[in-house]
Amino acid sequence: MADSLDLEVVTPERELVHEQVAEVQVPGKDGYMGVLPGHAPLLSELGTGALAYVTGGRRHVLAVHGGFLEVIEDHVRVLADAAERAEEIDVERARVSQRRAQQQASAMADGADALAALARAQTRIAVAEQTQR
Amino acid sequence: MPSLIDIRRRIRSVKNTQQITKAMKMVSAAKLRRAQDRVIAARPYAAALGKVLANVAAAAAVDPDAGANPLLAQRPAQKILLVLVTADKGLAGAFNSNLIKGAQRFIAERQEASVSLELIGRKGRDFFRKRGARIAGEQINLAGRPTFQDIAPIARKAMEMYRTAEIDAVHITYNEFKSVVAQKLMQVQILPVQLPVQIAPVDYIFEQPPAEMLDALLPRYVEVMFYRALLESVAAEHAARMTAMEAATSNAAEMIDKLTLYMNRVRQASITKEIIEVVSGAAAE
Repeated sequence: MADSLDLEVVTPERELVHEQVAEVQVPGKDGYMGVLPGHAPLLSELGTGALAYVTGGRRHVLAVHGGFLEVIEDHVRVLADAAERAEEIDVERARVSQRRAQQQASAMADGADALAALARAQTRIAVAEQTQR
Repeated sequence: MPSLIDIRRRIRSVKNTQQITKAMKMVSAAKLRRAQDRVIAARPYAAALGKVLANVAAAAAVDPDAGANPLLAQRPAQKILLVLVTADKGLAGAFNSNLIKGAQRFIAERQEASVSLELIGRKGRDFFRKRGARIAGEQINLAGRPTFQDIAPIARKAMEMYRTAEIDAVHITYNEFKSVVAQKLMQVQILPVQLPVQIAPVDYIFEQPPAEMLDALLPRYVEVMFYRALLESVAAEHAARMTAMEAATSNAAEMIDKLTLYMNRVRQASITKEIIEVVSGAAAE
């Protein structure tokens, strides 16, 4: 059994990550999942959240917004609807959209969409802050 | 015989045109490189999505609780939506006319069905608008910097029309980027979705029921097909324009050579004439 995972993170527009990693944490639709080498074949939908992986003893974090996950024979394929590396995130913009989404959500103008936007903004902020520390 | 000045003026004008075509060729070459990068960047996602979809569809097919997905429903094709991806600009050789001809052939082959058009790109829109074709929608200025966010709503609209049985099939016509000198006219059926073939069945753990995942995967798959068509079309457009402008530049060079030769002949003839006049004038004295 291999002691590493082949992690691929792709969005419709580009490939973000393609490397050997020791472990992955994925924001599944129904909660976070950890994947280690030797995992059974798995298919899942993704939610919005932070995707973390460890390679060479270092932890990297990405913001992932919806999509699909496939685990097969130590290949982890993350088909994200959208994803960003921590350093690409514009924290100021995320805070602005967080405030806007909060207002909309409390006004119940556009309930589900506003909550989804809020989750995206919060994920971005959390990912950016985790990496800065 | 035209005067020397006329020919010189003509040469200057051809030279100016040549400079423009040369510049257009360079611009297209740069844009082509970027468009090609985008095509390549979009490939891993499309390939992975196809594989996942094949697996999920196979699992959903054996799931007794799963109802049929509306995007897979086969109906006799009475009303067809044809998505035509053309360029916004011309001067790209036969790029746009091939697409328009392809779309007209598609409509002519389906006399019994009623075909409506979703037109992406100004050239196709102008053509079919003038001819009063049935137009379901039009999108222009998408090709500059195509993003998934821009194209996805068009795909969603087509899917919605299909779900409500407003249309029975969706086809797309676009130019695929084969190489810098060759584009291939593609005519692909998008809806009902033709599932990619599964190679080896795998016994997956499904975090969500397969049918539920299929419901989420299929729309994304359709969106990606639209996105891919647009990316291919943009790359093909720049390649076609580059080739056309390359040909125009070398034609201009050829023309300048011919005109220069002609100009020299005319000048020589006038000099010869003057000499004859001087000589015969001297002999007459």
